[in-house]
Formats: sequence, structure tokens, C-alpha cells
Amino acid sequence: MTTLTLGGGRTIPARYVPVLVTACLFVAMFVVGGIRYDGFATGQVVLNVFVDNAFLLVVAVGMTFVILTGGIDLSVGSVVALSTMISAGLMAGPGWPPYVVIPLVLLVGSTLGLIMGYLIHAFEIQPFIATLAGMFLARGLCYTIGTESIPIDDPTFTAFAQTRIDLFADLWISPSVLVALVVVLVGAYVLHYTRLGRAVYATGGSEQSAVLMGLPVGRTKITVYTISGFCSALGGVLLSFYTLSGYGLHASGMELDAIAAVVIGGTLLTGGTGFLFGTVLGVLVLGLIQTILSFQGTLSSWWTKIFIGLLLFVFILLQRLFSTRTRR
Amino acid sequence: MTDHILRMSGITKTFPGVKALQDVTLSVRRGEIHAICGENGAGKSTLMKVLSGVYPHGTYEGEITFEGEKCAFGSIRDSEHAGIVIIHQELALSPQLSIAENIFLGNERAKRGLIDWNRTNFEAAQLMERVGLRENPTTVVTDIGVGKQQLVEIAKALSKEVKLLILDEPTAALNDDDSAHLLDLLRGLRESGITCVIISHKLNEVIAIADSVTIIRDGRTIETLDMAGDGVSEDRIISGMVGRALDSRFPPHQPTIGEEALRIEDWTVYSPSQPGRKVVDGASLNVRRGEIVGLAGLMGAGRTELAMSVFGRTYGVHISGKIFKNGRPVEIRSVQDAIKHGLAYATEDRKRYGLNLIEDIKRNISAAGLSGLSRRGFVDEHEEYRVAEGFHKSMNIKAPSVSSVVGKLSGGNQQKVVLSKWILTEPDVLILDEPTRGIDVGAKYEIYTIINRLADEGKAVLVISSELPELLGLCDRVYALCEGRITGELPREEATQERLMHLMTKGQE
Repeated sequence: MTTLTLGGGRTIPARYVPVLVTACLFVAMFVVGGIRYDGFATGQVVLNVFVDNAFLLVVAVGMTFVILTGGIDLSVGSVVALSTMISAGLMAGPGWPPYVVIPLVLLVGSTLGLIMGYLIHAFEIQPFIATLAGMFLARGLCYTIGTESIPIDDPTFTAFAQTRIDLFADLWISPSVLVALVVVLVGAYVLHYTRLGRAVYATGGSEQSAVLMGLPVGRTKITVYTISGFCSALGGVLLSFYTLSGYGLHASGMELDAIAAVVIGGTLLTGGTGFLFGTVLGVLVLGLIQTILSFQGTLSSWWTKIFIGLLLFVFILLQRLFSTRTRR
Repeated sequence: MTDHILRMSGITKTFPGVKALQDVTLSVRRGEIHAICGENGAGKSTLMKVLSGVYPHGTYEGEITFEGEKCAFGSIRDSEHAGIVIIHQELALSPQLSIAENIFLGNERAKRGLIDWNRTNFEAAQLMERVGLRENPTTVVTDIGVGKQQLVEIAKALSKEVKLLILDEPTAALNDDDSAHLLDLLRGLRESGITCVIISHKLNEVIAIADSVTIIRDGRTIETLDMAGDGVSEDRIISGMVGRALDSRFPPHQPTIGEEALRIEDWTVYSPSQPGRKVVDGASLNVRRGEIVGLAGLMGAGRTELAMSVFGRTYGVHISGKIFKNGRPVEIRSVQDAIKHGLAYATEDRKRYGLNLIEDIKRNISAAGLSGLSRRGFVDEHEEYRVAEGFHKSMNIKAPSVSSVVGKLSGGNQQKVVLSKWILTEPDVLILDEPTRGIDVGAKYEIYTIINRLADEGKAVLVISSELPELLGLCDRVYALCEGRITGELPREEATQERLMHLMTKGQE
């Protein structure tokens, strides 16, 4: 009988608490930044966080699906890198047009995810190991395409990448942001309004009972890794918009950023509870830390890692309290 | 004056918003076996946690006197030091370590910082002999059954020079043989001067073993009965636990029996872990519409295995035999098939297999019948809410709303959620595996009423239960299962506990 009461937990359902904490944190960071630095408290600062992290957001959406089922996907960073490599390689070398290359890249990423998902389901391999293998495989494949950075100079591609979509009052976003937001909305819709979404939550909550409820657990697991593979590939495409290059060292360690964003967003690592909206907030918090440090100017970028580390500790502690309470 | 080894007086323990214990008094005489009885949630476990220092001194009011001294335990370590050891319902063994390592865990037999393995295994063997555990001390704990693991726990307690041994539901997970052995062991410990406190739901065991019994209800001590003195019966204890005499533990029911709904013929299932072992051996049975059929069997007889292998082959390998639904042969290869053919199976292990504990009531209710609530993959949330709200009322689920998290409900209410979930799939046949396990007496009655109602609606119900009185009180017909084989079938009028027990143990009357 544990009777921890989190702040406000009596009136707000416990499952929303982590997301609310993250939301408050984001607002607090924004307010503090606005007070300390001139030119910080503008809409464009927030929008730039989106612009700079659109690819991470997309990858984190896929990661959220996987973590909600109680799994983990370590391969996402490598798949992102592989995607930039394939895109750059095919456009720079044989000169394939983007509208052929991009679908192909998405197909490759999804297929990789599908294979990992199948292995995890059919042979009951732990997701950590299966996706660790996928991580090495995809990273290695990058170097079969080229060991150097490959620039992208396809005119359609660069034109699209450099487009600014003007909003009202001098505010602007990049097309990547739109793509990322569409992915988030579709993801949230799938999670909350479809049977697939229900199966995702149920699998993460208790896989054994989901099996006995007749839910398609195996199919769900394969599907989430496929989704994650697709999101990674799409994230790779967005990253190549952002950097206009393909390189085997791109996105190294990004799987950990994505996991951090998901966890900070309040999704339980053991699966079963969490929201995509939380993941969006998680990405924004990570992005805002970098923005604050760049405004500060005097601190090195390693401080980003230090802050992310501290934040993760706080959130893991929070999750611990939360999960001991629900488990009783 | 009697020699009391333990006196707890005026114990009050408050959790935010709830008074879990209120002025509880418990006196245990030296060298006796003292039983504590009460409904689930009455406060038995909380009381034991206060005693063993899980709730440290200062977080409760009242006084504990052990061996004539006032105690202020700050942790389990302190209470163990004083000689009080508690063995919880969920055993606390390290599964990958050997029996000997577990016995001396935290209390290692060491020489100059290094473990003395000879001494460890030798002393472990001695302790194991004392508790009647015939295994090699180096055997890994996962390789022995729950019954034997329980003995390891007791051996571990003995290694700590225990004076007062507390057992929380020690026989809940044991079959009758292991239970009997455990009770004998407790009697042996009593001979050797160890005082025992047991918390148990199994009143027949309490009657068989205890010297006195303290009944707790709603966080208060109701009474302490001396078993030798005042001819205490099960009904006497039950009336103390529930505060009212239970004339009928089972609601009256007049069955209207129709056509055959489910028939299983020559059903054989092999164990997935032990190749070649038949877990179910040529079993045949049938259930008719409107009929409640019982399946009696000891633990390990293959009851759950039979049910799960029928329900979409969720257990076992090399399954053979025929299933007939409404007289027609059907193939059931997955849980989805089973649900499609109108079968439902409510598992014996609600928490692990039956519910998603971190999810709310309405999503648990809708989980199995989601296809009926969705169109082209999209879930109709309004309909889902409406349906869940309907069950909330009709099943009398005690929770503030259908958005309450299932993990926080009591056992009885969790079971109602499980039943709602299956009723939503509109089954013709419900297989209920231990439908009242871990549920308190009042809620049991409600579950029985629901089961009767389901039968009256023309559904066929197959109930698996370890409690023979439950099968006799509820079922129109009872099958007995012994070592995977159906050894008999008795109609309600002819069934008695004795006849069933004969069939279950010997395979004949």
C-alpha cells in the first residue's frame, strides 16, 4: 500500500502528471530565458527550436510507439544516417530525382524496421539486442556507400530545403516543420483513435494479458518497429534537407536523444503509458536547452549534455514514484 | 498468568485519507500457532507490516511488546534481529541462486570475507532436513516448485534463529499435498518452541492447525477465539469476519438448461517445457446452454492447461482432439478464433494475464471486444464510454468513474472488470478459472450472482475452482480431473466434497 501523492495528483489523473511537469518546465525555461536574454522571448525562438529539431521530432514519434509497447529501438540514429547517405549517394552519383529517391529511402527504413520487428516477435529476441544489431548494420552500410560526406546539389531538393514558409508577423518555419507536425498529428490520431493504438498501449501495459484478450500482439510489435523504421528514414530525409549532405557520421547518438525526449515527455520506459504530445514537449525542452546555451554564449555546448543528463535523472525519478504508486 | 510472547495494543495506522488500523490488539501466547482471519483489506497485512518494521516505529500509534520488552523497530532488520521473521505471500527468493545461497542470503557463512561453501552447503542441508525438503542444496531455486520454495523460505527463517514466524497466506499457491506438508511442518515447529502467526483465507486449515484465532474486520480487532475452548467452526469464523451470519454463501438458482453449447472430445495436450509429458490426457466434456458446469481438480491436475489449450491454444504443444460448438466441429487456432466462435476465458491470474493494471476501467473492458466498438480500425470512444458506464452500473463496480485505473481496485472489482470485458464479446461459453480467488466473502456473493445471471441469459459457463464448496454451491454438474484425465462426472444432487475428493485424488471413488 503505497500512498505517495504527487503535487496536484489528487485532482489530475496520475497519468497526465509527467506531461504537465514537462509542460511547466518548458514554460519556465522560456520565461527565465526571456527575462535573462534580450530577443529571447519571441515566437521565432520557439519556431527555430522546431526548425532545428524537426528531424529529431519525427524520429522521436517512432520511438514513442516502440517505447509504449515496452520495447526500445537503438537503430534509429544509424537508420537516419543511412537515409542521408542513400539520398545523397543516389542524387549525387546516378543523379536520380528526389521523388524517386525519397520513397525508396522510406521503403528501406521501413523494411529494416519490419525485419527487426519480425525478429523480435518471431524469435522472442529482446528489442535491445535486435535493434543493437540493426544499429551496427545500418551504420556499417553507410560506409559501403562512401566514407566521406556527400553533398546534395539537386536543384529541386535544395530549393525545397531552403524554402521559408512565412507565417504572420515575420514568423517563419521550414517545410520540414510541417512534415514533422503532420507526422505528430497522424501518430497521435493513430495512438488514440485506432485499434492499433489500443493494442500498442495494451501490449506495453501487460503483454501477457493482451495476448489472452485476443489482441494481435505480434502484429502490433512488428508494426511499431516498422513505424519507427519509417520515421527514422523520414527523419533522415529531413536531416538531409537541413544539412544538404549525406554522411555516415550524421546523427551519431541520436537514438539516445530520441529516447531522452520520449522519457522527458513522460512516457514510461516499461511501456503502457505516455502521450505523443509529451514527446513533442520533450523534443522542445531538449531544443530549448541548446537555444538558451547559444544565447548565453559563454558556455560550451557540452552543457547541453549536462542539462539533459540532469533532466533525465529528474524524470526517471518521477517515473519511479509514479510507477511504484500505480503498481502498489 | 499466560505467557505472551507478543502483545500489540492500541495499534492505529493511518494512511492519507484512510484509517487502515484502528486500536488493534493482538496477543500471541508463547509456542502457539495463532491465526489471523479477516476479509481482504481488513488490515491483516498492514498489521504484520507494522509488527515487522516495514512501517517503522513512529509511523503508527500504539505499543508492541515482544519477549517482555517494548519494541521500536525501525526496519525489517531490527525485527529480524529480535527474532521475528515474516514470510510474504509473494516469496522473496532470488530465482537464479541455489537453495543454500538463498538460505544464507544476507547472512552468509564466511571466513575472512570469503564464503565458506562447505559450511554453507552443509548447514543448508541440515536446515533443509529440518523442514523436510529433499533436494540438493546447490539446486537452483527456479528448478523447484512453489511448495518447495516455501520450505526454502522457512529454512531461511530458521537460519536466523527465529522466535516468531509470520506466514502471510502460506498455502495460497500450494496444492493440497504441499499444503498438508507445510501444516505438518508448522506443527513440528510448534513442538520445537517456535511461535507462528499465520494469515489465511483457508478456514479449514485454520481450524486444523491454529490454537487460537484473532478476527480482524475493517481495521479493528473483533475477537480472539480459543480453538480448544469454544468449539470454533468455519461458519463461526466467517460470521466474525463479515459481521453477519452467512445463512447462504451462495445465491439460490434454478437452472434452465438448453442445447449443448460446447463439447470437447479426446482432448490431449503435451507440456511445452517437459517434452513427452501429457498434461491433459484424452479429456472429454460438454457444457449446455444455461448450465453452470464445474471442473474440480488439484493443483497440477491440468485444469488451467485444459482451459487455455481450448482457448486458442494459449498453452501446450501437440494439441489433439475435437471441439464442437453448438454441435458442429470447429477449428480454434488462436485467441481471435476463440473469441469469434463465442468463447471467453477469464484467467486465474487476473493481475498478470487478465488485466492491464496501469490502464483505466473502460479501456480494460473494451480490450477484447474492440472490434465491436470500432469501424475500419477506428475506435468509437463515445460508444466505448457508454458501454463501460453501463457495466459500471450493471456489475456494480465500485470505483469513482470508468476512468479509474484498474490496478487500484480491489480484487472483487477487478474481477467484475474482467467479466465485463468478456461479456462485451458476447460469448456463448464462458470459462471462468478461479473466479473468486483472492476475493473477499461479500464480493464473492456478487460474483456468484453474476455467474447465475449469465447462465440465465442462456450462456454456458464452465467454472474451474480449487474450493469444493464453491463448486458444490454454484454448479449444476461437476467434472473431476486427475492428472490430466477426466475421472468422473457428478450431477449437483449426487456431488459431495468427499466423492469429488476421491475422484480428484485417486481417479476413482
